[in-house]
Amino acid sequence: MATFRSLLRNTPDGLYCPPGDFHIDPVRPVARAVITHGHSDHARAGHGAVLATRETLAIMSARHGQDFARAAQAAAYGEAVTRKDVMVTLVPAGHVLGSAQAVLRWNGMTIVASGDYKRRRDPTCPPFEPVPCDVFVTEATFGLPVFRFPTADSETAKLLKSIRQFPERTHLVGAYALGKAQRIIRLLREAGYDRTLYMHGAMAGMNALYQAHGIALGDLAPATGERRDALPGEIVIAPPSAIADKWARRFADPLPAFASGWMQVRARARQRHVELPLVISDHADWNELTETITELKPQELWITHGSEEALLRWSTLNGIRARALDITGYGDEGD
Amino acid sequence: MRAFARLLDQLSFTPSRNGKLILLRDYFAGATDPERGWALASLTEALSFDAAKPGFIRKAAEARLDPQLFALSYDFVGDLAETVALVWPSRPGANREPELTEVVESLRGASRREVPQLLERWLDALDAEGRWALLKLLTGGLRVGVSARLAKQALALLGGVPVTDIEEVWHSQQPPYGDLFAWLEKRSERPSADAPARFRPVMLAQAIDEAVDFSRYDPADYGAEWKWDGIRVQAVSEGGQRRLYSRTGEDIGAAFPDVLGALDFDGVLDGELLIFNGAHAAPFGDLQQRLNRKTADAKLQEKYPAGIRAYDILMEGAEDLRPLPFAERRKRLEAFVARLSGSRIDLSPLQPFLGWDELARLRAEPPDGDARIAEGLMLKRWDSIYEAGRPKGPWFKWKRDPHLVDAVLMYAQRGHGKRSGFYSDFTFGVWRDDDNGDRALTPVGKAYFGFTDEELGRLDKFVRDNTVERFGPVRSVRADRDFGLVLEIAFEGLQRSTRHKSGVAMRFPRVHRIRWDKPAREADELSVLQRMLD
Repeated sequence: MATFRSLLRNTPDGLYCPPGDFHIDPVRPVARAVITHGHSDHARAGHGAVLATRETLAIMSARHGQDFARAAQAAAYGEAVTRKDVMVTLVPAGHVLGSAQAVLRWNGMTIVASGDYKRRRDPTCPPFEPVPCDVFVTEATFGLPVFRFPTADSETAKLLKSIRQFPERTHLVGAYALGKAQRIIRLLREAGYDRTLYMHGAMAGMNALYQAHGIALGDLAPATGERRDALPGEIVIAPPSAIADKWARRFADPLPAFASGWMQVRARARQRHVELPLVISDHADWNELTETITELKPQELWITHGSEEALLRWSTLNGIRARALDITGYGDEGD
Repeated sequence: MRAFARLLDQLSFTPSRNGKLILLRDYFAGATDPERGWALASLTEALSFDAAKPGFIRKAAEARLDPQLFALSYDFVGDLAETVALVWPSRPGANREPELTEVVESLRGASRREVPQLLERWLDALDAEGRWALLKLLTGGLRVGVSARLAKQALALLGGVPVTDIEEVWHSQQPPYGDLFAWLEKRSERPSADAPARFRPVMLAQAIDEAVDFSRYDPADYGAEWKWDGIRVQAVSEGGQRRLYSRTGEDIGAAFPDVLGALDFDGVLDGELLIFNGAHAAPFGDLQQRLNRKTADAKLQEKYPAGIRAYDILMEGAEDLRPLPFAERRKRLEAFVARLSGSRIDLSPLQPFLGWDELARLRAEPPDGDARIAEGLMLKRWDSIYEAGRPKGPWFKWKRDPHLVDAVLMYAQRGHGKRSGFYSDFTFGVWRDDDNGDRALTPVGKAYFGFTDEELGRLDKFVRDNTVERFGPVRSVRADRDFGLVLEIAFEGLQRSTRHKSGVAMRFPRVHRIRWDKPAREADELSVLQRMLD
């Protein structure tokens, strides 16, 4: 009988499927790639042929240019695509717009490479869909029991309270340009905040792309070109690197906030000089990881990247066969 | 508890003084009595519970979570209270969230045996933020960057009164400060300031900046004294009551009955607590034998006799001398000490000098006697009044230059606190001949700081790139004759040690410079350190 590794194995280029002759989220240019989502550590330019959701292809095209690959094929969620002997299906992962798990079926076995995922509600993408499988390949970005995130709504409420308490300070919210920024905007809109939201220049491309895919972001305006001490009491969304940078000095006594799962740990917030940590993540927290694994009950659990040690330990305690793949190159875009 | 926990969380992330003042003022204005009074007491360290020790908290957490998962979590977070707060598996619907008042009152009345059960019940009922605040409160170190002075400023802001008015009545007030809040909210008169043998806030010195301060200040305006290597104390004897306070106002008298017995005067002295060897000061190591104890038996008092080297006088009888200039206070102090009988209180002598150059020479080569073991020099402006806090200009401390040694980085461990997640605890070694006559490194110390955040990033990368072995959380880094990272280590002193293989133990070691340029083989030899012992 063929082992699971005949269907999917780890190589220096990333996960490789020999019977289908393609890689999943390869870290170096390859001939054929299946891409789970558009974050730059998973969706690199320069592959031969790419299979991904329509939204992910649009994101890659917007970020890397239209010739990001020699050929691109879109697959709708749930649509089965054949690659040689292997049936590939993309199903929602709930991570960002277009994010998918790659379900591989071959010779009676099923492996789900879930990419990055979360189980919480996200107003900008469809929810994670559990698929019964023999092997579940999971991330473990927040694979430690310390990461049990509060609700995103309670974190949004903190931001809105701070605006009331410090109305003379510009609130600079660090958020990754793809996914997190648009989720924050939607969360603020849902909380009833209808004032103009100001954007760092790096946000424009992805905001426009999300809006083009039917996600209403409300009134947005560029934060650039403002005079000194601009925008007191307003919310500005910027890439995390910009909130403690020279760029931030143009605003009125800026109050640096950062929306990330890493903000759960105080030292991480202090290292970045964040004054308002917002624990909002697009990754599964410890409970989501362990509950997903419990729900799927795979024969084997493979862990791609993150804090694999704790998840391995948890698997041992819960009688699940697990191994760490030690893939290098993921996690560059963080959370 | 929820509002208090939120306050602590926000304070811990807000660096600016004004931001903290707004947070505190808003909290005091919004919270009710006695909740806010207990919050104020905890912020000003007027509360202490000795019933909950970190060891117990860790054990309680490990009973709820697999110890290996707990260890991985603690290694990542780097702070025990925070780790427990984050990993504690809550029991939904277990209990009602406790109020701060309930926590404080229960703890005050609880026996040592009851505390663990109380704590577990509260941890079950609170969310992560509440658990963190509770554990900080119980372990007695809020460390949210709020000084008692800042808390008083916020009260001043709340009541629209000068902060000096608050300071004057402060020591007559007790938690939960109902009278104080009533006055600030104009519901009653200002409370009385009288409290017998109370602590007076101390005046602290700034570290001198050699590059700018000497050209800015005239040496004739300053008196110099040696900076004694003991602990700062305030000795109070008023109306028959005697107290010995630490510089933060903690009453440490019970551990020093010999010193209390010598306070045969009516007044308040400021000075250094030292162990006396006849008329001479003993090294700090001797004083350490008497610190952090609740009491001292006769044998200990005899072996390590404590006393005070006085350098200032705040009260003489009922007369407040703090508004007088230092020159004036000094004369009063000299006369005051001369009248005392016994030898437990002596006078910190002035060190005459003509100019900064001469003072620099004295600092580098202190004269024979006690000055040899002083930490450095103190400079006090003759015309300075005794002002609580750390004003810039009137008082400076000028410590002796540290000793330096070039050592090689051998092991690294992830840091705690601000540095958690980075490899920032470094064990370093120097060269010696091993049993086979080969050159080998022997560890001589551990340093946690002395580098910038940017340097920390580079050090962390160096450790990751050059790890040769892992022992649990510790990484062994490549360090041999041909390759290794040289750290210039600064330290304050060296002692013989039987606990360390190298036979030496450093006092206060830190990274002075990172010598990316220096070949590992050119780092110092153990003999260099051994010579310093002799």
